[in-house]
Amino acid sequence: MKKLLLSAALVFATATGAQAAGDVVAPPAEQWAHQGLFGTYDRGALRRGLQVYREACAACHSLRLVAYRNLMEIGFTEAEVKEIAAEKEVRDGPNDEGEMFTRPARPSDKFVSPFPNPQAARASNNGALPPDLSLMVKARVGGADYLYALLTGYKETPPKDVKMAEGMAYNVYFPGHQIAMPPPLSEDGVEYADKTKATVAQMARDVTTFLTWAAEPELEDRKRIGIKAILFLIVLTGMLYAVKRKVWKDIKH
Amino acid sequence: MASSADTAATDSQGQGDGESRRDFLMLATGAVGAVGLGAVAWPFIDQMNPAADTLAVSTTEVNLEPIEPGQRILVKWQGKPVFIMHRTKEQIEKMKAEDGGNLPDPQKDGDRTVKPEWLVVVGVCTHLGCIPTGTKQGEVRGEFDGWFCPCHGSHYDLSGRIRKGPAPTNLPVPQHAFPEENTLKIG
Amino acid sequence: MATPTFQNPIVKWIDHRLPVFTFMQHELHEYPTPKNLSYWWNFGSLAGIVLVLMIATGIVLAMHYTPHVNYAFDSVERIMRDVNYGWLIRYMHMNGASAFFIVVFIHIFRGMYYGSYKSPRELLWMLGVVILLCMMATAFMGYVLPWGQMSFWGATVITNLFSAIPIIGDSIVTWLWGGFSVDNPTLNRFFSLHYLMPFVIVGIVVVHILALHQHGSSNPLGIDTKGPQDSIPFHPYYTVKDLFGLGVFLIFYAGFVFFAPNFLGHPDNYIQANPLATPPHIVPEWYFLPFYAILRSFTADALIYLPISWLMSAKLAGVLAMFGSIAVLFVLPWLDFSKVRSAKFRPLYMWFFWLFVIDCFILGLCGAKPAEEPWTWISQAATAYYFAHFLVIIPLLAKFEKTRPVPASINEPVLGGGDSTTGAATKPMEKA
Repeated sequence: MKKLLLSAALVFATATGAQAAGDVVAPPAEQWAHQGLFGTYDRGALRRGLQVYREACAACHSLRLVAYRNLMEIGFTEAEVKEIAAEKEVRDGPNDEGEMFTRPARPSDKFVSPFPNPQAARASNNGALPPDLSLMVKARVGGADYLYALLTGYKETPPKDVKMAEGMAYNVYFPGHQIAMPPPLSEDGVEYADKTKATVAQMARDVTTFLTWAAEPELEDRKRIGIKAILFLIVLTGMLYAVKRKVWKDIKH
Repeated sequence: MASSADTAATDSQGQGDGESRRDFLMLATGAVGAVGLGAVAWPFIDQMNPAADTLAVSTTEVNLEPIEPGQRILVKWQGKPVFIMHRTKEQIEKMKAEDGGNLPDPQKDGDRTVKPEWLVVVGVCTHLGCIPTGTKQGEVRGEFDGWFCPCHGSHYDLSGRIRKGPAPTNLPVPQHAFPEENTLKIG
Repeated sequence: MATPTFQNPIVKWIDHRLPVFTFMQHELHEYPTPKNLSYWWNFGSLAGIVLVLMIATGIVLAMHYTPHVNYAFDSVERIMRDVNYGWLIRYMHMNGASAFFIVVFIHIFRGMYYGSYKSPRELLWMLGVVILLCMMATAFMGYVLPWGQMSFWGATVITNLFSAIPIIGDSIVTWLWGGFSVDNPTLNRFFSLHYLMPFVIVGIVVVHILALHQHGSSNPLGIDTKGPQDSIPFHPYYTVKDLFGLGVFLIFYAGFVFFAPNFLGHPDNYIQANPLATPPHIVPEWYFLPFYAILRSFTADALIYLPISWLMSAKLAGVLAMFGSIAVLFVLPWLDFSKVRSAKFRPLYMWFFWLFVIDCFILGLCGAKPAEEPWTWISQAATAYYFAHFLVIIPLLAKFEKTRPVPASINEPVLGGGDSTTGAATKPMEKA
């Protein structure tokens, strides 16, 4: 019964959402350092990914649920975090004169959004609203695999029978294949501090890793505690079984 | 039939005559179970402790430049008022001179400051929690020219020490530092 | 039953004034339980434990959640990111809801297979159906609280259904919403009611257990206990068995919470609610899928709708069928008037039972699919079969099925013939 339920659940999970318009291409499965029971985030990828976010994405996409201080959880020093934060200005106030003013961001502030509101974002992007990226990996079917496929899935020339709408780009993995975001990554677009070659695939992998962390900062704790919890439960359940057998020993059942 | 009741009766006394020694398996399982329960209980208790974002704003930075000698200001820190006073040389000398005086809560002025010209104290009366007056010009400052608590008449001096009235202890000095020349960091 | 005397003076003092200890003694130590209960009987206590878990995690979450449209989504993210172990408590609550329904569905299927709803346990069964309804209301409102896209649109779709009620439908919907669409008043009242309902459920569970203890548990053979030789005290036998079952359950539960916390959920709920953008597919949580399929089966051209198309709109038919699918459970004890309880001795019924289970899975699958062919006609066939099972097959079986001979007593098949009065009397903790 349980097997039936589990396989049924699996079918549900794959069935919902993706099958609708018929033109949805499932992203290929990728290998991620953070996947699996013992996965942890690749710290190098996280650093490079932050750089890609700041240089290629932050102009249009906010990351409003992540605070600058959270970067200290993935290996940035307090000094580095203060510096990264201080590059952006935050609106604050009112001061004692009743005026609003701007000040440099502090580690306790959330990542500063490129636009003050959705209307300003649309106005700067031909009416399209670049979504916030804090939860993007959890908000899309396929998660990190999908994000990576999307970023590397642009085609300069669309297939012959496809008529592109004004201002749209062709992407193999975007549902409907026409996406308002132009290809955000280009070869050597970023000069990595650790001298890694910035191919599109590399940058896509790094920024996807970074965004996975942004969506699931608790992942490493969760898996670590989870292993302890399940091992503990297996031991305890084994002991409970022994107790059960002992108590029931003389009952004919 | 007596059997069920017997089992019940013996159980209420403990293991019963048949198994007078503590069963190791039962005990061990109970102990492991108890550890598990404790481990599960902890997150439920810890979640009430200050969250990460609350802890992140547990420090406040103040720009000291605009504060003239003799001037006092009030800033908010962890939701509480903090009195900051730019003391003159004379005021500092006077407070040091009164170190050995009749103090309800004896404390040296030197032990209450990091930089003597900057007095930083939490502005909550140690009696019952009202905010003493005296920060703004024109407010009542009490007999010792520091601060005065209107609720029950406690008088504090220019070191924030209680001198007269029902308050038992001096105004608390929060942890503070001067990361830069004109910057004060509280907390 | 002799009231045992307690030794401890404090216990005696309390018990004389409020007989809690005598009560516990009776309920746990003396209360006779059939000795042949299988592991399918673990799921009742399991459901009770999951209810406690949901209340504990829920109360803690409520310490950090803000039920306002401008803050709800962000407050949940604050729980996930900033509150100490907030992610753990949130994932426990989220997956606990799924666990609750899995456990309760198995518990219900067990009742259906073994005829536990038959006399004298009809009221026990009906109370259970009431608990299921309350659970569904609670879960529905709870899912709205994070204020994601699915929260908002699921609430919109389901509350809109009430407009199908003739004459007063629209007023009812406006009354439910507290406005002209799902908005802040709706969210706030859902939070209040979502906090309330679990305690209502606790009350009904207490009555459910009272009803159970009136005649005791049924058992896999479906025959009454004939005497003490058929029973054993609940404690320590079933306390220990329930604890072991709990351990097994917790392993699976922990697997989901720690390693696949979003597997049963929908990614769209990690997007903040947008009243101006409908998601491509609005899908409820998995435990509502079969009912969702039944609801959507009633389209204007559906065969199952045409006979009643003169009486009501397709929308109303769908709503009535959806609630009807649970209402029919209430009258099951009367639809199934067979004298034999357990499917063990009803070979035909056993087959149809499993067909019914498969039908429920098919309905669930259909609920997840878009409203297109071939899923529409499959839903309609599965819906028709669902009602046929209760309204046609079950009564026919009750009347015409040749049941197998039922054993004389519980003890008999265990000891291989003959009643034994001493059979199960020796226990490890017995006084000589």
